Amino acid sequence: MASILEKFKKGLAKTREGLFGEITKLVKNKYTVDDELLEQIEEVLIGADLGVETSLSVIEQLQNHVNREGFNEPEELTAFLKSELIKHLTGSPGEENGTAATDFFNPTIKPFVVMVVGVNGTGKTTTIGKLAKIFHDNGQKVLLAAADTFRAAASEQLEIWAKRAGVDVVRTQAGGDPAAVAFDALKAAIAREVDVLIVDTAGRLHTKVNLMEELKKINRVLGKAMETAPHEVLLTLDASTGQNALLQAKEFKETVPLTGLVVTKLDGTAKGGMVLTVQSQLDLPVRFVGLGESMDDLKPFDSKTFVEALFQ
Amino acid sequence: MFQDLTEKFESVFKNLRGHGKLTEKNIADTMREIRRVLLEADVNFKVAKDFVTSVQERALGHEVLKSVTPAQQVIKILHAELTTLMGGSEVGIKTASAPPTVIMLVGLQGSGKTTLAGKLAKHLKNRGRNPLLVAADLQRPAAVEQLRIVAEQVGVNVLAEFDSTPVKICSQGLQQARRASNDTVIFDTAGRLHIDEALMQELSEIKKRTQPHEIFFVADGMTGQDAVNAAQEFVRRLDFTGIVLTKLDGDARGGAALSIRAVTGKPIKFISTGEKLDTLEKFYPDRMASRILGMGDVVSLVERAQHAVDEEKARKIEKKLRRQEFSLEDFYDQLQQIKNMGPIEELMQMIPGMGGKAMKGLTVDEHALVRIEAIINSMTPAERRRPTMIDGSRRKRVARGSGTNVQEVNKLLKQFQMMQKMVKRMSKFGMKGLPMGF
Repeated sequence: MASILEKFKKGLAKTREGLFGEITKLVKNKYTVDDELLEQIEEVLIGADLGVETSLSVIEQLQNHVNREGFNEPEELTAFLKSELIKHLTGSPGEENGTAATDFFNPTIKPFVVMVVGVNGTGKTTTIGKLAKIFHDNGQKVLLAAADTFRAAASEQLEIWAKRAGVDVVRTQAGGDPAAVAFDALKAAIAREVDVLIVDTAGRLHTKVNLMEELKKINRVLGKAMETAPHEVLLTLDASTGQNALLQAKEFKETVPLTGLVVTKLDGTAKGGMVLTVQSQLDLPVRFVGLGESMDDLKPFDSKTFVEALFQ
Repeated sequence: MFQDLTEKFESVFKNLRGHGKLTEKNIADTMREIRRVLLEADVNFKVAKDFVTSVQERALGHEVLKSVTPAQQVIKILHAELTTLMGGSEVGIKTASAPPTVIMLVGLQGSGKTTLAGKLAKHLKNRGRNPLLVAADLQRPAAVEQLRIVAEQVGVNVLAEFDSTPVKICSQGLQQARRASNDTVIFDTAGRLHIDEALMQELSEIKKRTQPHEIFFVADGMTGQDAVNAAQEFVRRLDFTGIVLTKLDGDARGGAALSIRAVTGKPIKFISTGEKLDTLEKFYPDRMASRILGMGDVVSLVERAQHAVDEEKARKIEKKLRRQEFSLEDFYDQLQQIKNMGPIEELMQMIPGMGGKAMKGLTVDEHALVRIEAIINSMTPAERRRPTMIDGSRRKRVARGSGTNVQEVNKLLKQFQMMQKMVKRMSKFGMKGLPMGF
């Protein structure tokens, strides 16, 4: 876990420091809290995509706190902000810490069906390739379903990832019915006694009624082939996405039974602050983070560590 | 797109309109609200600050305070500043004096470069150009294959080789274009992070070797505060010439558009608004500003109508309208043409007063159109021409035939009747070349 945190922090620190590095700098040698300082802190929070609402409310709390009790050391401000943010963003305290890669995975269910959904370009297929490897390395027999029949060469892309991970793919011709692919794949998974089936779906904007209906159908059809399926539905979120991330997650959650988040492209300069809002407002845990393009760059993650890394 | 921003501005102005005269305090409050609106729209905080300051300076001037309609004045200033911020008047694609024109697409992973390459090729082909697509993304699995398929769908040439290097294949593409007299070459490069030194260097190398006339930075319209970091780095390394924003058909407020434009000073050339290859639109800052401020986008709507409507049919229908012979058959044709114009929801947003609050929570069910089509399809030609003859038992038959029910058939017939009435009234004004309802 420590090495992951290191890598993650390194990603965040590549071009600028973490949130609290910036805030610490701001409050250094400050013994009064004026509007200018508040505005600067607000800008740091907003700049990390924590969202306007969260940022403004945290600033307000800070102001009230200072008015009421004053403060002696600049560090008190930082500490107050940190606890305030954690309260805002992580929901209930004492949440599980340090979840293992496949903690959500239940080996008594066979096949364990994972569906991956999200808007275009957030990294679903790449995530699945890496996820397949994690399960495969863990000794599970994995099958992939290429249910993105819309985007050109999506199946080919999945196939290449499958080959890299050493697993099989069920696919159809381009333009085929995605629900049918999912159904056939699950039937095949049962027949071949596969441990884990991962279903890739086409990227879709959450505002497209027809495409969201199609997703519902895929979900429904999986349930027909195996009553309890899908067992895990992961939403991929691009770390650089702004406040739209919350709308995306809401819509997808209403459409299919989401169980967790995968935050991709965290190796850039985006801090992925919106993820915290999504996770606290919709009660969806971050399961994995994507930290690069190579096969081993998908890392298991939990909310606490995410917040820690963001703040340090 | 931008719908929420429009909505917010509307409520700010509603407050403003309540005041007969504006005080400095009114304006300061409004500006604070505008800043918040922009931040919520993912406009970068620095950009938002500058923007608000410049609007405030003008709003505090004589032009507003002395005006009889201060709210209108503020809207006017906002609109003007927003238009300026997004780039003044529209800029097209540069063309080389000696072909081929070289266009290079760059951007982060997943911003939509390969899809855009296809859209751009189609856009150019429709305008009589002969583009060559070059697959310079050798990084992402099957990216080359994706571009090959896209090129096939568009019907343009493609240079797609698996065992090459990005720099080599681009040079090669340029040579091939000269030989095969392609007047435009489009390089689809791999997505990369702006902090990836090696890959950014590779782009510089391609630029040096091929001297592109245009380098488009392709950016996801949903990007948050980080948009400026990536854009600044790409412009520093490559000095790109234009911006293309993608995925603007969602409900993202698109603040990234303002941010990227403001920090790079480069024009936004296109916006990409859909899954299909013909959903590339020129970017018009003034229209976008109108849209943001809830003034609708009638110009785009009319343009789309002209594109989708069959002129011959439109003339015929106009004649029929005049003679009041408009039948269900014609209605069906009209439906088809409206469908050609794009998703109804998108069209609605272009209508003044329909953006923002008016459309909140209202999703247009495109299936309803399919049912209407089915109902009309289940009628005999005679019935379509003379809907009055459709009695009870015919209604039952039509309902059965179309897989709907009698109520739905009734509803359609009633709507059609009302439409005929409306047509009678409207035919007095004459409505050239526009489909029904607009």
